[in-house]
Amino acid sequence: MISLTSPVETHAHGWPAGAKIGALCAATLVLFAVGHVGWQAVFLGGMLVLYALPGRQFFTVGLARLRGLWPFIAVILLWHVVTRDLTEGMLITLRMLTAVGLANLVTMTTRLTDMMGVVRWLCTPLRAMGVKSDRIELAMALVIRFTPVLIDKGAMLAMAWRARAARRVGWRIVTPFAVLAIDDAEHVAEALRARGGL
Amino acid sequence: MERSLTLIALFAALIAALGLIPKLTLAFGVPITAQSLGIMLCGTVLGAKRGGLAAMLFVALVLIGLPLLAGGRGGLGVLASPSMGFFIGFPIAAFATGFVMEQMGRFPVAWAAGIAACVGGILTLYLFGIMGMMMMLQKGPVEALLLVSAFIPGDMIKAVLAGLITAALARARPASVLSRV
Repeated sequence: MISLTSPVETHAHGWPAGAKIGALCAATLVLFAVGHVGWQAVFLGGMLVLYALPGRQFFTVGLARLRGLWPFIAVILLWHVVTRDLTEGMLITLRMLTAVGLANLVTMTTRLTDMMGVVRWLCTPLRAMGVKSDRIELAMALVIRFTPVLIDKGAMLAMAWRARAARRVGWRIVTPFAVLAIDDAEHVAEALRARGGL
Repeated sequence: MERSLTLIALFAALIAALGLIPKLTLAFGVPITAQSLGIMLCGTVLGAKRGGLAAMLFVALVLIGLPLLAGGRGGLGVLASPSMGFFIGFPIAAFATGFVMEQMGRFPVAWAAGIAACVGGILTLYLFGIMGMMMMLQKGPVEALLLVSAFIPGDMIKAVLAGLITAALARARPASVLSRV
């Protein structure tokens, strides 16, 4: 399973994940506290500089990940053209772009293993309450392992459908798909028990 | 214990897989992403507690940077996007779906699951979705509802499908439909 971490090695890859997430929270609070559109434009410019620092490839990949926001931006700007307060619309869209951009930046510069470390740290209070957090980590590993397996099985089901039906692939494949997931779960549970259980 | 854990994990993987397989097409040619159908199924099949945990696991994995949301999105940026409310609402929606499902033990599975999916997967999820839109886009509740209203008919269809699929699963694998065991 490929994560969203950037293969372009940056200095920020080495920084502690917790610190990056803390800084992100602080930056987001500032973004939402500042209500001046000029400052928001400056923040957006600053974010673009951060994306540009590791080089061209990082910059283009990073910006491509903001593409999903365009429909929202279009709707918001159109809305505010109609209500005649375009400045407010600009403020909202600039803030949204910067906030999402900065958060993606943390994701792009933090490895999955480092993020798992943060999850483990966040589970500390749960451990104190008697919850076994290694089970959470095992469950996460199972999802990471089984998502591509299920996607493959889903693709096989879709292919089987297309081989037999003239119509496009419909919702009816979801039932056998869920049955496959349930059977996999039962088999893995049995395998875990056979190896001594949890 | 092992079974609970693997069912939770495999249903989290199912939510992801349903969002990533090519879009399904309904009878009259409308394409849908099946991710929210996955959330509904978590509740109707696994029940409140395990269904909620499966959706929570999915949310956690998206946040730590796996591209599991429909369209291959993921990472912390999801929390700053306008659809953040829907994302945060996934575990609560799955829990609510499972809770309603468990309360309707005397009804036929298909009906109970369909109604549970409406309450959890639509009412609860949209409540969070609309609150998220209000917060991120600085809009009032009516304006936010207007922005998401286009998706409601599709989700009503998904709730009906969740009912039919859960009924089929209860016939195919009765022991695994934990909301009814």
